[in-house]
Amino acid sequence: MTIALETQNLEKQFGGLRVTRDLSLKIEQGARHALIGPNGAGKTTVINQLTGVLKPNSGRILLEGQDITDLAVHKRVLRGLSRTFQINQLYPDLTPLETIGLAVSERLGHGGDWWRRMGTRNDVNDEIADLLTRFHLLDAMNEQTVTLPYGKQRLLEIAVAIAGKPRVLLLDEPAAGVPESERHDILAVVGSLPRDVTVLLIEHDMDLVFSFADRISVLVSGALLTEGPPEQVARDPQVKAVYLGEEPVNV
Amino acid sequence: MSASSDVGYHAQRQARWHYGEAAFWLIVLACGFAFPTRYLIMTDILRLALFAMSLDLILGYAGIVSLGHAAFFGVGAYAAGLLALHGIINEPVLALVVAGLAAMVLGFATSFLVIRGVDLTRLMVTLGIALLLEALAERFSNITGGTDGLQGIEMQPIFGEVPFDMFGKTGFFYSLAVLFLLFLFARRVVHSPFGLSLRAIKNNPLRAAAIGIPVNRRLIAIYTLAAFYAGIAGALFAQTTAIASLDVFAFERSADLMLVLVIGGTGYLYGGLVGAVLFRLLQELFSTITPQYWQFWIGLVLVVIVLVGRQRLHRWMLYVPNLVIRQIAGRKAVVAVPESDT
Repeated sequence: MTIALETQNLEKQFGGLRVTRDLSLKIEQGARHALIGPNGAGKTTVINQLTGVLKPNSGRILLEGQDITDLAVHKRVLRGLSRTFQINQLYPDLTPLETIGLAVSERLGHGGDWWRRMGTRNDVNDEIADLLTRFHLLDAMNEQTVTLPYGKQRLLEIAVAIAGKPRVLLLDEPAAGVPESERHDILAVVGSLPRDVTVLLIEHDMDLVFSFADRISVLVSGALLTEGPPEQVARDPQVKAVYLGEEPVNV
Repeated sequence: MSASSDVGYHAQRQARWHYGEAAFWLIVLACGFAFPTRYLIMTDILRLALFAMSLDLILGYAGIVSLGHAAFFGVGAYAAGLLALHGIINEPVLALVVAGLAAMVLGFATSFLVIRGVDLTRLMVTLGIALLLEALAERFSNITGGTDGLQGIEMQPIFGEVPFDMFGKTGFFYSLAVLFLLFLFARRVVHSPFGLSLRAIKNNPLRAAAIGIPVNRRLIAIYTLAAFYAGIAGALFAQTTAIASLDVFAFERSADLMLVLVIGGTGYLYGGLVGAVLFRLLQELFSTITPQYWQFWIGLVLVVIVLVGRQRLHRWMLYVPNLVIRQIAGRKAVVAVPESDT
């Protein structure tokens, strides 16, 4: 089995606080891997190190076997590592059409083109249209992002990451804050991601985690508590104690 | 229409020419024939418009604030002045381009300082660079003429054919041609993927990097281009007024430029042009009414603009024209409030 994304003895400190402790993760090619843990366990800090927003104090990060620890954020994206954000990170003034168009253009290497107008490349247009359709954003493509309902913004958040055609996708709480009525679209979209995309999911919603993941890592206080298939993790008494409470979990 | 061609159509929506734009440029051109006694002030407005468009490129599109944009204006002005004074390059258009390139080199070199900081740092760094250059120009008075400035600049005919006249007619149409060409170029650039990526960076640099945009490289590129534009504006100043003195670097020049964009709005290219016209007209108006206190009234206007909000003002001003358009053409307003104008 090939490893898509790997961390080796990752360490991150903020002042005296060890936020990531000797973390070694292996995420297999094509896996649906979930990273769970209580609030403040350092999940988002891990994501930020994987994507290059934060530099680890020590340890290595390997993407498909290659060391990317010192690569800049945008270079990791071009190597096939994309993410979504727990709190929407979109462009308030831009429309979904522009937002996705930009992501597609950057991936195809047209991002630095300062002469040819947007919308004049058919390959880019085709992809934008495809993504807008898949993410139910076609009707809203000319609205300013800031005016979209939250659920639509959440879909756009994921669509932007997908537009980068990632081989490894990091989903940071994709369903966070989405009202029940709009939740279905998001779950459907996450569930229909192509199998050749490796997904690392960070999520609080246990229904989503256990319906989606085929492997779960539990993070507590920045260190790996346990790892295994969902059934095993759900039964683990340690996990129940620190994270899931004393209630049994239905899988 | 298929989804894809639909997407292509809408993606080019803003890049298409609107009637309002064509009308704008025709009116500007018409002014050149309608007011033959006002060439000097109109040329001044064109220069200011070009200068403001330069700031709009970095402020309105990329979100880089600057209080020292006069640095590039000044370098352009001195470069053009020196080239003409010493007869190094006699042909004005070529000299103009060379002066712009000189400012561009400075822009590229200083961009590395500017991209490092956030807003407040950028204000200080840009301000500092302009002050530094002003001091340098004063120190090396053997080259720049010090406080007296460069004197006795004599401009040769454009392309060796069209001489500058004493009424400023040539200067006006020359400046207008330069402004229009550079406007066309800027318009092309801001509607390209590159231009769009600048707006993305302004909106959210974190996400911009997360979709693979090399943020710093893009900021350096636009800052360098804006410096070229400002340098051209400065060179036009030296060429059409035949002077270059220390005040080309003055802080007031950079600060006025901010006011121009506050009045005109940012992020749609016309802000600098409209703002330059309104700013100069207000200046003229107030200084005729109260020669001593005109700055008070300019200040008051700015406070009102900021408090009421430009978008609302636009809507009020465009209410009647839009009504007419709806009545006549039976469709939605052609003259619209720019979207990013909030």
